[in-house]
Amino acid sequence: MVDYSEIDDIPGTTVFTADRARKGYHLNEFCMSLMKAENRDRFHADERAYLDEWPMTEEQKQAVLDRDYGKLLELGGNIYFLAKLFASDGLSYVQAVSTMTGMSVEDYQKMMLAGGRNIEGWRSKSKGN
Amino acid sequence: MARITAGVTTSHVPAIGAAIDLGKTEEDYWKPVFAGYEWTKQWAKENPPDVVILCYNDHGSAMSLKMIPTFAIGIADKFQPCDEGYGPRPIPVVEGHPDLAVHLAQSLILDEFDITMMNELDVDHGLTVPLSLVYGNPKDAWPTKVIPIAVNVVTYPQPTGNRCLNLGKAIRRAVESYPEDLSVQVWGTGGMSHQIQGARAGLINKEWDHAFIERLLNDPEDLAKVPHIEYLREAGAEGIELIMWLIMRGALGEKARELHRFYHVPASNTAVGHLVWEPAAA
Repeated sequence: MVDYSEIDDIPGTTVFTADRARKGYHLNEFCMSLMKAENRDRFHADERAYLDEWPMTEEQKQAVLDRDYGKLLELGGNIYFLAKLFASDGLSYVQAVSTMTGMSVEDYQKMMLAGGRNIEGWRSKSKGN
Repeated sequence: MARITAGVTTSHVPAIGAAIDLGKTEEDYWKPVFAGYEWTKQWAKENPPDVVILCYNDHGSAMSLKMIPTFAIGIADKFQPCDEGYGPRPIPVVEGHPDLAVHLAQSLILDEFDITMMNELDVDHGLTVPLSLVYGNPKDAWPTKVIPIAVNVVTYPQPTGNRCLNLGKAIRRAVESYPEDLSVQVWGTGGMSHQIQGARAGLINKEWDHAFIERLLNDPEDLAKVPHIEYLREAGAEGIELIMWLIMRGALGEKARELHRFYHVPASNTAVGHLVWEPAAA
């Protein structure tokens, strides 16, 4: 077992490890399939049926249907792969990413324009800094 | 003999590519980003390289999780822009330099850098946005040949900063052993601080970014000791792309001279950093 205690100590962050790459393999493969226009059309016509063509877990499929990006990270999704999913919905990175922060898109965008999220308090869970 | 004439680094934010493709570069949001590249565009016209060795990472576009090579080199004669879910960017095909690429692969592998060779590689925004930032939007062809070097910065564990610095040094040795007289630039892309996932998304660490650039210029050997955890924590989960800037630095040799530096927040979720450096006499 690999020791992930150090990277798991970063608050609000799901580092995409080789273990997650294994767990999320089919989920991320599904996302990549949306790089083809014909697959995007088929997926959007009947999302459930398209998902059932992939050997993903039920939990992963449900999280895709819910567009629950925080959950998808937990289940082995990687943000660059998930980008194919939100791009096919017509969302930008800012729009999709802000959904994981508990902020509205407008507030998130304002935070970015003001210089981004300050790191103070976001370094370490155990140290609380 | 081929020689390394300059090093360039730049962020490769996909939204920058979209802003160029959709003609938004004059909008208030984007103007200050593109202003930082005006100097470079002029410099690039006056200093055309024959080949750019472009270090970047694929973002789940051409390289799936089926195989995760730590370092890969494109040895094909051309590389098509990817469809990343919204249609391919309307840009010219990227032309390779197979002869130098194969020489690089041979030299690197015999130098104990076991790089993966790729005969087919579609290139995503990681490679094409830097080209657009430096060369604008040419109609038919990019003004330089490009050899892509793809680095795994997506799946942890990534290569170490030290490995990247040493790869840069090995690229320099490889280029200098190529018999044809070619001007070669090495570009490192990605970064700077950014995180695009989880509750901490939007993280920007200007202080760390500026310190990174100073250390890259003046003490790359010390910077190369920075462990993954520091990048992930201080520069954001996706800020670890910055290890690719060390490849550029290694390729410039012991001393580097700064020609241009630009830093701006934000472009989308990211702190944009951009450098143009050249080798300096030791």
